[in-house]
Amino acid sequence: MTSQTPIVELIGITKSFGPVDVLKGIDFTVYAGRVTALVGDNGAGKSTLIKGLAGVQEYDAGVVKFEGQEVTLPSARAAAALGIEVVYQDLALCENLDIVQNMFLGRESMTGITLNEPQMEFEASKTLTGLSVRTVKSVRQKVSSLSGGQRQTVAIARSVLRNAKLVILDEPTAALGVAQTEQVLNLVRRLADSGVAVIIISHNLQDVFKVADDIAVLYLGKMVANLKSSETNHLDVVQYITGTRTMGDQA
Amino acid sequence: MSVTIGSGHEGNVREQLTAYKARVKGGEMGALPSVLSLFVLTFLFAALNPFFLTQGNFANLLTQTATLMMLAMALVFVILLAEIDLSAGVTSGVAMALFIIMTNRWGIDWRISIIAGLLCGMAIGAFIGFFVAKVGVPSFVVTLGLFLGFQGLQLALLGDGGIYRIEVPEIRAIMNDNLPGWMGWAFLAVAIAVMALINLYDRSIRTRSGLANRPISLMYTKLIIVAVIGATLVALLNENRSKSIKEISGVPIVVPIALTVLFLGTLLLDRTRFGRHLYAVGGNPEAARRSGIKVVKIRIIAFMLCSSLAVISGIFNASRVGAVEATAGKAIVLSGVAAAVVGGVSLFGGRGRLIHAAVGALVIAIIDNGLGLIGLPAGINFLVTGGVLILAATVDAVSRKRSSGAR
Repeated sequence: MTSQTPIVELIGITKSFGPVDVLKGIDFTVYAGRVTALVGDNGAGKSTLIKGLAGVQEYDAGVVKFEGQEVTLPSARAAAALGIEVVYQDLALCENLDIVQNMFLGRESMTGITLNEPQMEFEASKTLTGLSVRTVKSVRQKVSSLSGGQRQTVAIARSVLRNAKLVILDEPTAALGVAQTEQVLNLVRRLADSGVAVIIISHNLQDVFKVADDIAVLYLGKMVANLKSSETNHLDVVQYITGTRTMGDQA
Repeated sequence: MSVTIGSGHEGNVREQLTAYKARVKGGEMGALPSVLSLFVLTFLFAALNPFFLTQGNFANLLTQTATLMMLAMALVFVILLAEIDLSAGVTSGVAMALFIIMTNRWGIDWRISIIAGLLCGMAIGAFIGFFVAKVGVPSFVVTLGLFLGFQGLQLALLGDGGIYRIEVPEIRAIMNDNLPGWMGWAFLAVAIAVMALINLYDRSIRTRSGLANRPISLMYTKLIIVAVIGATLVALLNENRSKSIKEISGVPIVVPIALTVLFLGTLLLDRTRFGRHLYAVGGNPEAARRSGIKVVKIRIIAFMLCSSLAVISGIFNASRVGAVEATAGKAIVLSGVAAAVVGGVSLFGGRGRLIHAAVGALVIAIIDNGLGLIGLPAGINFLVTGGVLILAATVDAVSRKRSSGAR
């Protein structure tokens, strides 16, 4: 798998806020069809790294390659145009609208000047079915009537609908119960299996080991480890996160 | 992999009714409470005063309601954004002052003057929208300022205690003349045909896309109910309701005008991209912004629509009074907000439809009319209306809690 071109390659990324260097030369690669977990303690630079990829906040220096091409990400729109979608923790759904309306918000299908509801309903249904979502009864349910896990599902399905090549999930299971966490993790797995690259930010290592193929550990603005989840364990990752171990120790 | 996700259109009539009940229980009540109270009030007043259900009073009620109904529908566009326009009434007053000066003083054609009035309303709406959406001043403050300022502007334009008679017969006709009998029936027929065609068209498109449709018997039931109610109203209004020798009969001209605005506004809100984005901004502005919706633009257009429709309510009022006064529109705006809320439009934004405001206006007008007929002192009227408003707002708050408590 790793022999293919990475979908995203970051080389020597730096970012400072005034005197504070938040990212100190990060190298990071993400592959299609794989779930990459981005872990690290609070203040390690995870959010800053992700904001740059999302086009919300530009990096100071470094190279961003998307599918082998060097690109700039000056705006969220530019990132979305490349196929980078971020599902934020607050999900950004409109509770007063139904699932279909939310999934197509801002990119509605039209016939003339009127909305093409049947088309949107069909596509939404197809996308959710394609992701084997079983918990949603009707695509015309209002989001206000959905559970946290279902909302997360809708937010992820929306990014799929937008033909995302890279989906970034910010703490997708943080507010969920056990069963719902399981559902969302399964969905993340299927998303990757369908050929999309997934970056998942999480503090929950149990979840990370359940779903991730690769684990990237940030420590104080540096990428201290790039691990395969099948070749490492819980304890190692914790040691990298807390800075009691570095990549050099392994060699 | 044979997972199919429904859309709520599946199932027979009974399952549809069960699903509807579940939605109502979940807090999606819509106009239901206000429609119910409409029925209760009608029976109550009919029992208390025999004159309440006469044709004469009925036609009277419709024209009494029209101004309030139009203003309430105007306000829906901004209330959906969780904003408010306290200046909607006086905006219509200023626009009508401009109208009357153009027709009476300058002798300009009334059609041009009406357009000028509407453009004036639109400009005022754009002004409010700019301050609210672009500058970030709360709409309550901007429109309160205009509410005060425009009262002064009206006085400056028309003079202290100024009253100008409306000389244009077409404007006077809106509230005071009626359609010929056959035209009332023709209008009803067209309205039902349009409803049926839209429904059938939607169904055919859904079928072509491979989607389920609700049982067709439901559609026929709805259409028949509307047809029966409509036919009863037209038949009643087509009878002579005059107490003197000169016959008065027919549907008041204002009715088809108000219903047409209701129809077009509903199409705009339900079936266009603008309408969808308006609801989105009202529900969660940040989510709307991240979805690429131009929130500022939507907000400004909403205020422009509100002010323009408010001018139409001003035209109705001027037609009814037969004159434009320097104090026009000052008193009605809070009743307009009350009508929208009583009808089920949420002040929290994002929830509500034009028909809700229309029904709410009917409720408030019936309370006013019925209590007046019973001969209770005027103070009671205000007390009851105020109580109904608080009750409606409470229902809204509770149902909102209930529907978001489902997570």
